[in-house]
Amino acid sequence: MNKLKYLLVGILFGIILTKSQVISWYRIYEMFRFESFHMYGVIGSAVILGIISVQIIKRFKLKDFEGHPIVFIDKQKRFAPALIGGSIFGFGWAFTGACPGPIYILIGNGFLAFIVVFLAAVLGTLVYGLIMHKLPQK
Amino acid sequence: MSDFFKFDWKEASWNLFFAVGAVIGGYIASHFMMPDQAIDLNPATIESLKAVGVANPGAEYLPGSIFSFENLLTGQGLLFMVVGGFMVGFGTRYAGGCTSGHAISGLSNLQLTSLVATIGFFLGGLIVTHFVLPYVL
Repeated sequence: MNKLKYLLVGILFGIILTKSQVISWYRIYEMFRFESFHMYGVIGSAVILGIISVQIIKRFKLKDFEGHPIVFIDKQKRFAPALIGGSIFGFGWAFTGACPGPIYILIGNGFLAFIVVFLAAVLGTLVYGLIMHKLPQK
Repeated sequence: MSDFFKFDWKEASWNLFFAVGAVIGGYIASHFMMPDQAIDLNPATIESLKAVGVANPGAEYLPGSIFSFENLLTGQGLLFMVVGGFMVGFGTRYAGGCTSGHAISGLSNLQLTSLVATIGFFLGGLIVTHFVLPYVL
């Protein structure tokens, strides 16, 4: 039952992303045309709050619910994959109007065609796993 | 078999709880917390969509005529749902994270790789939005 907290955080994530409209295809389209502050405001305030939170956790050495130290694992320095993979993700983001998390939320919203998007994304992940050693990894 | 598929299901099961929670959260929000599904778009955005034949832009949460099972076997449906979804999955894995993992969590922890990835997200999105979408919407 101790996994229940992840379910609750997931529910919150689903409600907030739906209500803030950041999983609306139209909002993504509008963002990429620089015609609204909406998406930049949501992402920007999330990053600013995130930076402050991370600094507080690090400076005060805060612990999690079970009393373990909260450790931030640095991302590996993989610039070419970040740029190439990031651009491929960007293509998909503009077509589907969804990132991985929002695919689940949109299915919950009742847009059942996103089950297809979900399956295609799983297939994309599978294919990446099969060919990853043939791609630049640094 | 690559290490990519060596996966500790027990250790990572919290992901599944989170994903199921996200579906439930989407259901709760759309059924009980959204009196209005409309998106209040910039009039310029609405005009640009009308110009390429999208009916009633912003009247619903997303363009339902594109993202529907009826549209799945058309070129447009395949591009937006299947090819798009494939690129989301492939690109996220290759980049080592998505908007949450890189743009929000990674930038919050001041990671340079995450900044590069976020630039990639926008590069890809801008190319498709400005040079591809006008011809396929």
